[in-house]
Amino acid sequence: MTATSWSWLVLLLPLLGSIAIALGFRALPAKAAGAIGTAAIGLAFLCGVGALIHLLGEAPDARHHASSLWDYASVAGLDIKLGIFVDPLSVFMVLVVTGVSTLIHLYSFGYMQSDEGYHRFFSYLNFFVFSMLLLVLAGNFVLLIVGWAFVGFASYALISFWYRRQTATRAGMKAFVINVVGDIGLVLAAFLIFRELGTFEYSEVFAKAPQVFSTNEWTITAICLLLLVGAFAKSAQLPFHTWLPDAMEGPTPVSSLIHAATMVTAGVYLIARTHALFVLAPTAADIAAFTGLATLLVAATIALVMTDLKRAIAYSTMSQIGYMVVGVSIGAYSAGMFHLMTHAFFKALLFMAAGSIIAAMANEQNIDRMSGFGRAMRFTSVTMLCGGLALAAFPGTSGFFSKDEILAYASARGGMYLIFTVLGYFGALLTAIYTFRLIFRVLPGKPCPEAQELIDTGHVHHAHPFNPATGEEEDTEVGFPGPEHHIAESSLPMRIAMGVLAFGALFAGLVQVPGVDDVVTKFLDPVFADSPLSEIHPSLTADWIGLAIGAAISLAGIGIAYFLYVARPETPAALQRRFSAVHAFLYNKWYFDEAIDFLIVRPALAIGRFANRTFERLVVDGLVSGTEDVVGGGGRLVQLVQSGFVRSYALLLIVGFAGLALYFLLTSS
Amino acid sequence: MNVEWYIVLSSLLFAVGAMGILLRRSPVVILLCLELMLNAGNLALVAFSKMVGNQQGQVFAIVVMVVAACEVVVGLGLIVAIFRRKLPLDVDELRELRG
Repeated sequence: MTATSWSWLVLLLPLLGSIAIALGFRALPAKAAGAIGTAAIGLAFLCGVGALIHLLGEAPDARHHASSLWDYASVAGLDIKLGIFVDPLSVFMVLVVTGVSTLIHLYSFGYMQSDEGYHRFFSYLNFFVFSMLLLVLAGNFVLLIVGWAFVGFASYALISFWYRRQTATRAGMKAFVINVVGDIGLVLAAFLIFRELGTFEYSEVFAKAPQVFSTNEWTITAICLLLLVGAFAKSAQLPFHTWLPDAMEGPTPVSSLIHAATMVTAGVYLIARTHALFVLAPTAADIAAFTGLATLLVAATIALVMTDLKRAIAYSTMSQIGYMVVGVSIGAYSAGMFHLMTHAFFKALLFMAAGSIIAAMANEQNIDRMSGFGRAMRFTSVTMLCGGLALAAFPGTSGFFSKDEILAYASARGGMYLIFTVLGYFGALLTAIYTFRLIFRVLPGKPCPEAQELIDTGHVHHAHPFNPATGEEEDTEVGFPGPEHHIAESSLPMRIAMGVLAFGALFAGLVQVPGVDDVVTKFLDPVFADSPLSEIHPSLTADWIGLAIGAAISLAGIGIAYFLYVARPETPAALQRRFSAVHAFLYNKWYFDEAIDFLIVRPALAIGRFANRTFERLVVDGLVSGTEDVVGGGGRLVQLVQSGFVRSYALLLIVGFAGLALYFLLTSS
Repeated sequence: MNVEWYIVLSSLLFAVGAMGILLRRSPVVILLCLELMLNAGNLALVAFSKMVGNQQGQVFAIVVMVVAACEVVVGLGLIVAIFRRKLPLDVDELRELRG
């Protein structure tokens, strides 16, 4: 089998899984649905490995294949194929997406056990993975947009999964609307590309672009900026990020899936995939890099004060995606993709651990109410610690190597790109602090009542669950887990998933130790060989100096967190009082929601009302009622003749005939 | 005898009938006046037929008579119906078809 046929299988399996579960939800027992869903993604992962092995068997320069099943549309110079493009980059993404998704499916298998909407959940989940794979494997911009939109829909369906929960449906809509804004950017970019280059196929676009465009020409800059709108909306970069924290309303495996393996990495992938265009538009690439930098700092500061466990991790995701965007925008392509991979491991793991704790707390997500889970849930707390260490870039863990590689590249590129190194390390310090803030607040200390019950009896039994955001009682009929939902310590499938991820979070960095193996860089290099930026390599010494600084910063951050939250637990409150304005600013997420509401939502509503008052009332209503008036008036005029006097009818008849006769007489003579 | 006189008589009869229809209010009289107008037409047809010298005009006159007979049947039927329902025999009062 060739690499492309393996890749077609990768696409086919999740789609089949989704359809089979959706159609068979009455016949299939719950466990079978979960098993089918997990197996579909697992087999897709194996097929991805097949494609990988096939690619590795070829010469590095020959590792790209296009394949198409049939023509989508073929008219007037437009030739759109249902085609995929297989190269190291897409195979890398396929492996990350399917690999982590398999583990998330496994986790959901246990986590969603008592949920009424088990089948629906797995069907959506498979569809989500299918859409993401379509996005990653697409061989032209049209199919990319299809996958892009599918992902948007699937995220909507999953975020609003508990559809009786008002907050969840709102969050789903918000995610969908913001994603559609991104879709528009992407579609416009595709239009421009087609207008200028006359094709949608990746290989042709990237081959033609350097001949057609001169560097920094406005068209190519516009194309790249429009692509960025799409990428930022999907990857939750400023100012399109507000949907991401709200997306925490979905079940925890969904958060894990959206944030780790799929969806938010799509923007990073898009920038990496279209790097040939960004090389021609350095301005756009710099804008992307600075947006990424701003996002990583803003999100990290917000994560410092969030009291909601899942939302804090969500902001951390934004921040880490910021690193990836910086990486792929400044030219550290393989470093960015490597960070994407390690992030997928430790972020999925952190969400799973958070999910276990939240389940034990009956959907309570406030860390002020949590403490002492270290003793109550040993397995969860150990894995959470692994994920936290990787996120905080503790020396030797996966996040340590991947993050530093991006920053080392920035310093090697020099000039203004040193800003990225400096502020990137500052972000790393914040990362270490907020990560260990969460861990120190949740794991050690005197057990909270739920944790105490776990220690005493081995399980927690909850009364009817309620929505922590609004306090309303949850409707368990429609799929929300009922009172019997008590996963005190994770079941076996969940443990397997978390164990594998914990292993990845700790040791995945070892495949890319500078100067030792560089597996990821070597694998991805053929894709980025055409970019002049990939010539730049930080020297080995610079790499190791960077790693040393990173290690020091990470340890310093963890130390500060220890000092603040364990050694002197009263200091955070004191700081909060002292800098209450700053705290309020951060706690309200830099007022982004309010700013967008003020700048976009309200003006749009005002324009709508204005148009309703003027255009709608005057022009549209005027046309309609004007027509009605003309017809009615004419009718009333004719009505006057219908007097009911037979004699007047007769008179009209006679006068009419007489007139006709007179006319003919006059004309004939 | 010259054909003009027939035509003049026919016109006069037609005018008398038309005026009767326009001025009178009793349906019976209106029916009579209608007959008068039809027969004025018949007279003209027969006169022209004699002038031209063939029988086509006379055939038409007979057709008109048949039509007139039918019309009288319908008209009288209406009048009888009006009478039976004790409605006023006055066309100005019977104006429910007013638009």
